[in-house]
Amino acid sequence: MKTTEHVLNAIRKHAEATYPEECCGFLLGKAGTVNEGVRIHRVPNRQQTNRERRYTITPEDYRAADQDARDHDQDIVGFYHSHPDHPAKPSPTDLEEATFPGYTYIIVSVHNGEAGAITAWRLAADRSQFHQEQLTTTRSLSSQ
Amino acid sequence: MESQKTSSVKIRIPTPLRSYTNDQSTVAVGGATVEEALQSLTQAYPALEPHLYHENGELRSFVNIYLGDDDIRYLNGPDTELPDDAELSIVPSIAGG
Repeated sequence: MKTTEHVLNAIRKHAEATYPEECCGFLLGKAGTVNEGVRIHRVPNRQQTNRERRYTITPEDYRAADQDARDHDQDIVGFYHSHPDHPAKPSPTDLEEATFPGYTYIIVSVHNGEAGAITAWRLAADRSQFHQEQLTTTRSLSSQ
Repeated sequence: MESQKTSSVKIRIPTPLRSYTNDQSTVAVGGATVEEALQSLTQAYPALEPHLYHENGELRSFVNIYLGDDDIRYLNGPDTELPDDAELSIVPSIAGG
């Protein structure tokens, strides 16, 4: 994924604000072989229990984010969530619950309330695993 | 019972799945019910099937189908009958750990 420091900082800030619970949200921008993440669309973690270890985004949240994206000529290009006191790598649950190949999944690790490593992943076409994506930042994006 | 007629249905495709539908954001199919429309979709674009359905033929749990603004779970599920010019959307719910 190609994105900006501004976007990554917004994700870090959200992750720190919800610590020790997981945060989650959408990445909006331009879809492609390399997705462009122009901005985030925050949503509440709808998980009823165990929000320290699980997150849920409802279809209604997806529809609202999709409308937000379309209103700005953008696409939903992926999602982000945090791993409080765990590494920034997809968990077995992340793989079990993975949606479609092509979305970028950003994971930010938070230790003692402070955001740390931030990584990007994409589900393999055969759905068997996540592959790490390169996460590059530029000052501005063509789709901005 | 009157015989079901086949309706013309538009299905909105989430961005990453458009690589399986020749980059089309909406696909027009025929079908009298939601299930028939989805079958027409996966027959036309078989590469979509493993992302929408489990091997046992059930829709994956994160795949939600909307008829207009309504989740079909709150209508008549896959048997929901479709009016002509119906618009269906494939809407994922997202979860993880």
